[in-house]
Amino acid sequence: MSLGPYASFIVTSYTLVAAVVVLLIVWIAIDYRLQKERLRELEASGVTRRSGRQATDT
Amino acid sequence: MTLIDLANPTKFLALTARVLPWLAGLTAILLLIGLYQSAVAPDDYQQGATVKIMFIHVPNAWLAMFVWGVMSIAALGTLVWRHPLADVAAKAAAPIGAAFTFLALVTGSLWGRPMWGTYWEWDARLTSVLILFLMYLGLMALWRAVDDPSRAARAAAVLTLVGALNLPIIKFSVDWWNTLHQPASVMRIGGPSLDRAFLIPLLVMAIGFTLLFVTLHLAAMRNEILRRRVRSLQMMQASQQAA
Repeated sequence: MSLGPYASFIVTSYTLVAAVVVLLIVWIAIDYRLQKERLRELEASGVTRRSGRQATDT
Repeated sequence: MTLIDLANPTKFLALTARVLPWLAGLTAILLLIGLYQSAVAPDDYQQGATVKIMFIHVPNAWLAMFVWGVMSIAALGTLVWRHPLADVAAKAAAPIGAAFTFLALVTGSLWGRPMWGTYWEWDARLTSVLILFLMYLGLMALWRAVDDPSRAARAAAVLTLVGALNLPIIKFSVDWWNTLHQPASVMRIGGPSLDRAFLIPLLVMAIGFTLLFVTLHLAAMRNEILRRRVRSLQMMQASQQAA
């Protein structure tokens, strides 16, 4: 597959899109872990939800 | 499970836990097929291989507008129906929409340089999409700036609906004004003007990116629900300690 004289523009575009998509996925995954960790800490400190369920119940 | 059940955050979380792995798998498969089709698509007779940028630029540009549309419906949910998940949906969508808009702007710029001879031109299409990107950033800043979540939700909903006026301007800017940007070639009266060799990979990539948005959005909504649960438990803890 030859990308011609403007290969750098094409490769940069695809690389950038891949990088931003990976960043979004990593950011959302880290945020999920962070929230679960905070809920576990709150649960360990004895705080319960009004419904009586555990803080980490989904 | 009925639609009304999804108004309950706990039931919504249970649904996302079941659906997310399937959605993520389907998204990955579609994007891989789309990437393969984009790689083997023929060169355009005028643009050469740079036409390959279209397969990522157009889905990102479409999603830049689609996500704001989703947020506008969520804004109505906040203001009119006071749906408990409406603000969660809007707030979770904003950074993802901003990322797609950023990618639409940058890939468009990288496509424009070899084709138009310039990275940027202050024409109606490019400028209105830049305004959309700035509105995404403004909304995200608003949510962070207002402490009370319900006040922030209402203010953000109003701003989102005002910003929705920009969507028809973006869509029809290429018809209403003389722009460097080409007119619509997929969603147009009379059907797509693209050859099937380009249209099929483009549609596969567009569906793949749309599924990517749905997957990321559900995951981000799940995080936002958990964040609000953390906040309410922290407030309960503080009030128990004060008593």
